[in-house]
Amino acid sequence: MSTLSADAYVDAPSRSWARAFADLSSGWRHRELWGHLGWQDIKQRYRRSVLGPIWITISMAVTAVALGLLYSQLFGQPLGFFLPYVTVGFIVWGFIQKCIDDGAEVFISNEGLIRHLPAPISVHVYRLVWRNILFFAHNLIVYFVMLAIFYSDRFHVGWSSLLAVPAFALLVVNGMWVGLLMGIVATRFRDIPPVAESVVQLMFFMTPIVWVYDDLLNSPRVPPGARLVEFNPFLHFVEIIRRPMLGQSFVAHYWVVAIAITVAGWLVTLLFLRNYRSRVSYWV
Amino acid sequence: MVHIDVQNAWVEFPIFDAKTRSLKKTVIGLGKAGGKIGTDQRVPVIEALRDITLSLRHGDRLALVGHNGAGKSTLLRLLSGIYEPTRGRARIGGRVAPIFDLAVGMDPEITGYENIIIRGLFLGMTRRQMLARTDEIAEFSELGNYLSMPLRTYSVGMRIRLALGVVTSIDPEILLLDEGIGAVDAAFMVKARDRLHDLVRRSGILVFASHSDEFLRQLCDTAVWLDHGQVREQGPLREVLTSYKGFDPFVGWDGDRDDKRQNDREAVSP
Repeated sequence: MSTLSADAYVDAPSRSWARAFADLSSGWRHRELWGHLGWQDIKQRYRRSVLGPIWITISMAVTAVALGLLYSQLFGQPLGFFLPYVTVGFIVWGFIQKCIDDGAEVFISNEGLIRHLPAPISVHVYRLVWRNILFFAHNLIVYFVMLAIFYSDRFHVGWSSLLAVPAFALLVVNGMWVGLLMGIVATRFRDIPPVAESVVQLMFFMTPIVWVYDDLLNSPRVPPGARLVEFNPFLHFVEIIRRPMLGQSFVAHYWVVAIAITVAGWLVTLLFLRNYRSRVSYWV
Repeated sequence: MVHIDVQNAWVEFPIFDAKTRSLKKTVIGLGKAGGKIGTDQRVPVIEALRDITLSLRHGDRLALVGHNGAGKSTLLRLLSGIYEPTRGRARIGGRVAPIFDLAVGMDPEITGYENIIIRGLFLGMTRRQMLARTDEIAEFSELGNYLSMPLRTYSVGMRIRLALGVVTSIDPEILLLDEGIGAVDAAFMVKARDRLHDLVRRSGILVFASHSDEFLRQLCDTAVWLDHGQVREQGPLREVLTSYKGFDPFVGWDGDRDDKRQNDREAVSP
């Protein structure tokens, strides 16, 4: 039998790599705990409502259809392509946005638990990412409905669509470090959560979700600054997941950038985890 | 082997939101309550625990006494591993079960049964292990059908019964209790006390912070008197309580603990 504290007990100084990795692995061993709490989070939000978590799916469907209709008309795009395009973009974006916004609050909102029950801090981040995976899964229903309705040359799936699975896995791995890093920094500096929220909101407009980056590049008059949007890290994650889901061609450099971000992000996060993990309970 | 070894440990809280300037004086003692506030750094720091050295072994039943803000709850959190010392070191070997704030880790909207599972998961148990223990916990806590009710319908005492039922069912090696458990009725306290005694004898260490001489006497045999975050005195419970209070609180009580327990039993049985 294992327990949080006994597992977390590593005879090493508070600031050590051993303790940082012990936190992550001990947190992972408690997946029954955060698995349960993640579900609980979703159920709690829709308690006493008749449709329950299906509301997640419905609200995503409403947003995607409304904006898909609007922008397909504005940009003169065929609905059968643009509606699924917007839908997938929104689903992926929803995951990214929630990981960052919730990440900034992850320790602050769990103050009570952190100060009263000994547990690795990663437990709270695993719970957050798991909860957002569940949201993602609910939203995916909208995608499959679209697939049934709009299946065509411009929107189809094949074996290569399975690439979306490792692509989403990569996004989840990033969600982990983002949650940990944002959580640690925001717990110390309480101005971070509102700043993060507005930056993320701004990034939405710079990410090809309601507009199409390929079209921008293929248009006869490419705006000179168009390539600049590739500095937006979110673009790469959206592209690696959306392209296979819509049946578009594989573009290697989105993957390269996404993997590079993953590695760099984890390196920085591990450094923070090593140095500030034991401070979180003091800061909350 | 269960052990707690704390060596020269300090717990210092940075206070980020206080106005640094207004506190830029020398060290201010905040009267009788609270730890000392050191102000030589840029961010004011509350020295909640200062230079604590403590060693506990199997079978130890330690009482923590001291006035409000002396550092009792902070020391319990240090012993649970929630706070890692800012200076010095704390080695805690053993399965820790804390009962600090009863509202934390409990969801008022879900049933007592589900809360048993969640609390168990927090304490490192698996869902299956907790399911196997629910009958036992139901019997001990005497909550009966209430366990299928949402927790928000429970009184404070009922919540404590539930929490005590959970921690004592999972065989913890280090049990840390904060004063909150005083809210249960006398009959249940006797039952809980016997169970806690068994638990400590079997497997571990008990640390209990309380202002109630009665509870301390029932549960503990040694004591630490904390004052402004420092250990003022350490030793047998009666001696420490006597110097803390300025008089012997147990005078006139029946000296023998077993007799006392017997009396309690008679008092509660109709």
